[in-house]
Order: sequence, then C-alpha cells, then structure tokens
Amino acid sequence: MRAGLGGVMDEELKNLKAELSKHGVFTTTFEELYNWGRKNSVWPLTFGLACCAIEMIATTMARYDLARFGAEVFRASPRQADLIIVSGTVTKKMAPQVVRLYNQMPEPKYVIAMGACAISGGPFRDGYNVLKGIDRYIPVDVHIPGCPPRPEALIDAFMTLQKKIDAQQLTGEDRPRHLKEDLPSEFPVPEYGEHDLEPPNNAEVWNPLKVIQK
Amino acid sequence: MSPETANLEEIVAQVPPARGVVEPLPPVNAEGEQLLEISMGPHHPSTHGVFRMNVVLEGEQVVRLKPVFGYLHRNHEKIAENAAYLAAIPYTDRLDYLCSMTNNWGYALAVEKLAGIGVPERAEYIRVIVAELTRLQNHASLIGFLMQDMGMSGTPLMYAFREREKILDLFESLSGARMMCNYMRFGGVRVDTSAEWLRQVRELNGEFPRFLDEFESLLAGNEILMGRAQGVGVLSPELAVSSGASGPMLRASGVNYDVRKVDGYGVYDRFSFRVPLGDHGDVYDRYMMRVLEMRESVKILEQAVRDIPAGPIMDPKARLRGLRPKAGEAYGRIESPKGELGFYLISDGTGNPYRYRVRPPSLINLTVLEDMCLGRGVADVVVILGSVDIVLGEVDR
Amino acid sequence: MRAEPITAEQVKAAIEAAVPGCRVQVLANASPSGQHSLILDHEHAAEAARFLRDDPTLRLDYCSNATGVDWLDSELSEKVKVKKLVDGAETEVEEVRKTKVPGYLEAVYHLYSVEKKHGPVIVRMRTGDRKEDVHLPSLTGVWRSAEFQEREIFDLYGVIFDGHPDLRRLLMWDEFKDYPMRKDYVPPADDDDLVGAERSGG
Ligand code: SF4
Repeated sequence: MRAGLGGVMDEELKNLKAELSKHGVFTTTFEELYNWGRKNSVWPLTFGLACCAIEMIATTMARYDLARFGAEVFRASPRQADLIIVSGTVTKKMAPQVVRLYNQMPEPKYVIAMGACAISGGPFRDGYNVLKGIDRYIPVDVHIPGCPPRPEALIDAFMTLQKKIDAQQLTGEDRPRHLKEDLPSEFPVPEYGEHDLEPPNNAEVWNPLKVIQK
Repeated sequence: MSPETANLEEIVAQVPPARGVVEPLPPVNAEGEQLLEISMGPHHPSTHGVFRMNVVLEGEQVVRLKPVFGYLHRNHEKIAENAAYLAAIPYTDRLDYLCSMTNNWGYALAVEKLAGIGVPERAEYIRVIVAELTRLQNHASLIGFLMQDMGMSGTPLMYAFREREKILDLFESLSGARMMCNYMRFGGVRVDTSAEWLRQVRELNGEFPRFLDEFESLLAGNEILMGRAQGVGVLSPELAVSSGASGPMLRASGVNYDVRKVDGYGVYDRFSFRVPLGDHGDVYDRYMMRVLEMRESVKILEQAVRDIPAGPIMDPKARLRGLRPKAGEAYGRIESPKGELGFYLISDGTGNPYRYRVRPPSLINLTVLEDMCLGRGVADVVVILGSVDIVLGEVDR
Repeated sequence: MRAEPITAEQVKAAIEAAVPGCRVQVLANASPSGQHSLILDHEHAAEAARFLRDDPTLRLDYCSNATGVDWLDSELSEKVKVKKLVDGAETEVEEVRKTKVPGYLEAVYHLYSVEKKHGPVIVRMRTGDRKEDVHLPSLTGVWRSAEFQEREIFDLYGVIFDGHPDLRRLLMWDEFKDYPMRKDYVPPADDDDLVGAERSGG
C-alpha cells in the first residue's frame, strides 16, 4: 500500500522493484494489481445518442478494434457497465434519461463526453431543446472534441481514461470519488418543466467557464 | 397496384384509417386478463438510437404500439431559419448521419430550384457518384444492423463496416471528412475529383459485387433469416402509398416509385438501371430490396465513372455567400437511401430562409409501424423496426 | 415518360367543379421553381382533398410533405396617388398608405401521384389568426401520412387540427407549454452565455 509513503519512498520502491525484477522476482502492490485489472476490462454501456455513436460503433469494428483495449464488451444494461460514452447531442428531452442511466450504473463508473455536442451543445447549441453540455448534470472524466471525433480520438480518450484509472489511489486523501463515502454516486434527475428542464443544471456538479477579467 | 384492374373505391376502402388512442386502453382485455404495458427505449439496444415505443401486450401479442419521438430533436429547422443559406449545409450532414452526401444534395437541389441556379455537367456526375457510394454504404450497414437485431451478434455488421470503411476513405480523401462531408454547394460541388480518385472508385466498384455475392450467399438463403423475416411485418401497397412510405420500404410492397426515375433529377435519366420491386411487402422483401438496389447502384457507378465529362464543377453565376433568392418558395426532393428526402424552402428575399423544412423519410416511414406490428411478438417488433431503416437524427431533426 | 405538369389553375377549376361552394384561391409563386399553390377554405378542405385523391385524372394519392408556416403580423405599405388640395389647386400627391395585415398560421401539403407520376400540387390552409382561431380541418383521414406531420405542426406551431385521431405533441414533452417554431418564440435564457463579457487572453 502506498498510503503514508512520501514521494521519495515511492521512487525508492520503484527502483527496488525494478532491481528485483532483474533477478526474476516479480513484485507488485495490491493497488497496482487492482487498477491493472480494472483498466483493462472497462465495459462500456451500449448507448448511442447521435452521429457520434456511429463513429463509436466504427471504433469497435474490425479496423479500429477497441477490443485491443479490453473494452469490446458493450453492455446493454447499465447495471453491468463501468463506462458511459455520451456519444452525441443530449437533448433536454433525453437528459433525464441519461442521468438516470448514470445513476443506475454501479461504482466505480466513468463518463466520456464524446464530441462537441456532449461537451457543450456543439453545432446545435442554439437549439431550444438542446442541453448545452452533459456536465451540467453528471461529472465527466474525459472530454473529446470533434464533430464527430475520429475513432482514433475515441481510442485516445480511452487510453486517457485507462491512465486515469491506473493512477487512482485506493486510500488517502486523493482517493477517487467513488471511495469517499460522503460524496454522492447518484445525482438528481431533472424534470420536464413548462419551458425548460427543472433545474436547468445541477450546481453541485457543474463548473461553468469563468471569465477572467484582466 | 395496377390502375387498369383495380377498382378505385375498393382500393380506397382497403386503407385502414389512422388508429387513435384518445382514450387509454383498459389494463385488462375482454376476458379480464391483465395487459402488459412496456416502454421500449429511449435506451434500448434495438432501437437504433434514442427511439421509444410504448407497447401494450396481450400475452405475447402486441395490441398497441405508440412511438414516442423527440429524444434527438435538435431544432435543425429553427437553427437553419436563423442562418444563411450556405450555413445550413453542414447541418444537413447531421440529419441522416450515415448519408451526408445525399442530404447535401437534397438541400442543394431545393436551393437551386428556389434561386434558379444551374449545375454544370461534371458536378452532376460527381453528385451521382458520391450519392450512389452513399447508398452502397448505407444499405450495407443497414443489413448489418438488421442482422444484429435478429440476433446474429456482430458478424454481418463487421462485414458491412469493412466495406463501409473503404467508402469512407474515398469520402475522406475527396472532402476531408469521413462522415460529415459538407461537400455539395448550390450550383455544384466544393472540390473537384482527381483522376486517381476516380480510378479508386472504379476499383472499389469492381470489387463490390464480390462482397455482395459473399454477403448474399451467407444470408439470403439462411433458414433463420427466412424464418424471422418472411411474412413478418407485411405492408400492403395501398397502405404504403397512403401513409407516405418511400424508398425501399415502398418498393418492397410492390409500388414502382423511385424519385430517381420519376423526377429524373440531376442526370439520372442518362443511366440505365432497374428499380427492384418486392411482392410481399414483408421484412424479407425489404432486406432483399437493399441487396438488389446495391447491385443497381454498382451499375450506375460503372456508367457514371465511365462517362464523366471534363469541365467546371461550379456554376459561375452561383453566389454562395450572401445568396438572397427572391421571395417565393420551392420544394425539392431526391431519392435518398432511406426514401424520399425533401426540402421545402420559403424565401422572403432576405439572406436566410423564412421557412426551412425537411421532409424526413425515416419519420414518415414510421407512420405505419403500429399497423405492421399488431398481432406480432416483441421480438418481431425489433426486426420490423430494423427493416424500416431509421436514423434518429432525421426522425427527430 | 415523365408526366405533363398540371397547372394550379387546372386543379382549381377541377375542384370548383366537383366540390360545389368550395372557395379556392391560387397563390402565385414568383420564384423560378414555379410551384404555385392553392388555398382551400376550411369547410370544404376535406372534401376537396378527397376529390384530389380520388379523381381518376388527378389521383393525388401520395401526400409527401405537410408542414406549418408562421406568418407574423405585418405591415403592408403601398404607394397610392391621392388628389389633394394644395395651395388651392387640386394636385396629385403620392402617399404611403399602411395597412396592417394580421398574422396567421398556415399548413402546407405537397401532393404527388404515385399512380400517374405527376406532382407536386400544393394546397394550403390558413388559420384566422395566431392566438385563438388556430383551428384547421385535419387531412389525416384522407392521407395517413399526415398523421405524424400534423402532430408535428401542432407541437411546433400550435395549429389545432379538428378531426385528428390522436393530436398530441410529437417532439417536445407533453408538459411543454410553448410553440417553439413560431417566429416570436424566445428560448429560455442561458446562464453561461459569455455575451458581453471580455474573454481573457484576447
Ligand atoms: S458532435 Fe457533431 S457528430 Fe457528434 S453528435 Fe454532435 S453534431 Fe453529431
């Protein structure tokens, strides 16, 4: 366990491990093993919203072959999925369903916002029924720009997520959200109002861009 | 539907009226048994996106099915009404996101009608080439998705996407983008094709029949496919016409109506190709329609690549930026892979359309979904929906 | 073998002969497309539509497109010459006369014939105004394809189609109160629009 060890010790541990492996002794930590397993078997939810979903499908097909990263098992049920790829425009009519799906996924769970639409509304930002970014309601781990992002970009996002999972510490102050008991794992589902969704965003999750005045 | 033999009154009487549901069905049937109401979608692996159906079952049988739309309603029309004519082209890419090229064409055609813009010969040929390539990849993918709906896991889809990637490569080298090509302009196309590109099209087109043979020999005679598809979701020609069905769905019911032949837009009247027709109007015929249409597309491509003339690709008089057609309106339509794609534009003389309307074939083809599904099981609903070929970007816009 | 186009005047004459009392007005279209349309009155619209569908020479059995249009109140200004007494002598003076044209909602149908392979014939219907008198007769009974499209017009423009079997919102949720495709619709304000704020770093 890495808990309590400082950066210097980390460095020494690493050197020790490297030295041992030269002599045919393989060592690991529980955390490393656990994260190694998790990052190589991320099961995404079969969840396509719009145009970006077609590129997501293309990514799983023979040419781009997402299976190389252990993520070819697309699950139709949120109960079995670790990752939700928000692939496309989230409309206001769809937003409650997306949040509900997210809530139904077991921890630890991750979100990739794929494409300009999922990030900010993208080209359809001016639409009256378009949610201007899914991060208004649920926390997003990786954003990929593009309209649509190419399959290579999705793979890159995937590898970024793997790195993120790999670096997660299971104990200590820096442990991820799902290991902190006081942080929520479910978020309130917005409701259909007479003119807009209610509430229009979840202030606990959403960090809008700040304008820095010089 | 032959006009000589059919008695008009009889035909009209055969068309069932629209089924209303103003009063909700009782939760029990006449014998006092409970009915089951299920909501399929908007998140459901078989609905090709965010489509939802409210299905009422009596035992195994569907007794009512109401589609619920709007989960991908992105306000395409409103946005285009607030934008310049040129600025709407990238949005049309995102309508039916499998077929951006044909969407571009439909819109360009409507603007050309509205403003009286001509299109040079070479551009017309290029349009035919990219449109038929689009049809090939759309139909191949559709068959893949349909087979997936029937439970054939991912294999047919893998085959289809292998071919699709080749076509997308061609699109990318031509327009710079795999899916959202943004390629056509009113008055022509954006960039010219090179001789090398045309050679690649010829090569791909030459190999395509081999893929089709392989695909067909694996699927068409497959017993499971026939068992799941034949006699399922039958649509009568009378109802198909009355409900505005179009494209392969209309022709699978035996109605000979292909906008490429009827309107002869572009240079389609110069090519020899046939319009395949089904005679049962079931899921199997709709599947077969796509296979046969791909074969015809291959023929058109062959002729178009052979006959393409040299020359300009844009009408020199066409104004892209700051186009202000004089007040009036126009309706232009094309045969997109999904069916009849129409654009209705009203100009008030300013730089953006006063009214911009897309006639979405996917949405209108769903009008009869309930009629096709009544009395079938839920598993058939999935297959019937798959055979309609919808793309939610177009259904909801 | 493309069919001869039928002109709006011919269709108008045919309707008026077949449906007594039906008031049909031809709306000319100045655009190069030359697609002129016919305005039908409410009482006879369904009957006229049925005639268009069943008449053996027209056979407009395919309603391709049905859509709504919103026309705001507008002001028509025309120059008129008026005789006026100027300095004791009667002279002709040009004056601009302004007339208020009240707004209305419109439903437009594009009809084709699958059997005869001709079209389009365009028919339109207009509501009395944009607030109360927003009823139009439904043509779903004539062409099934109008079923969803009329629902869409109801949803986005607020036209109420009398006689439609299932008039609910199509795209927006049922609780929604506005008609978003109307020209005077204002979408809910967005709190993170950076309009007016200076962006950092130029
Ligand atoms: S980002 Fe672009 S490609 Fe992706 S869903 Fe939005 S519009 Fe479609």
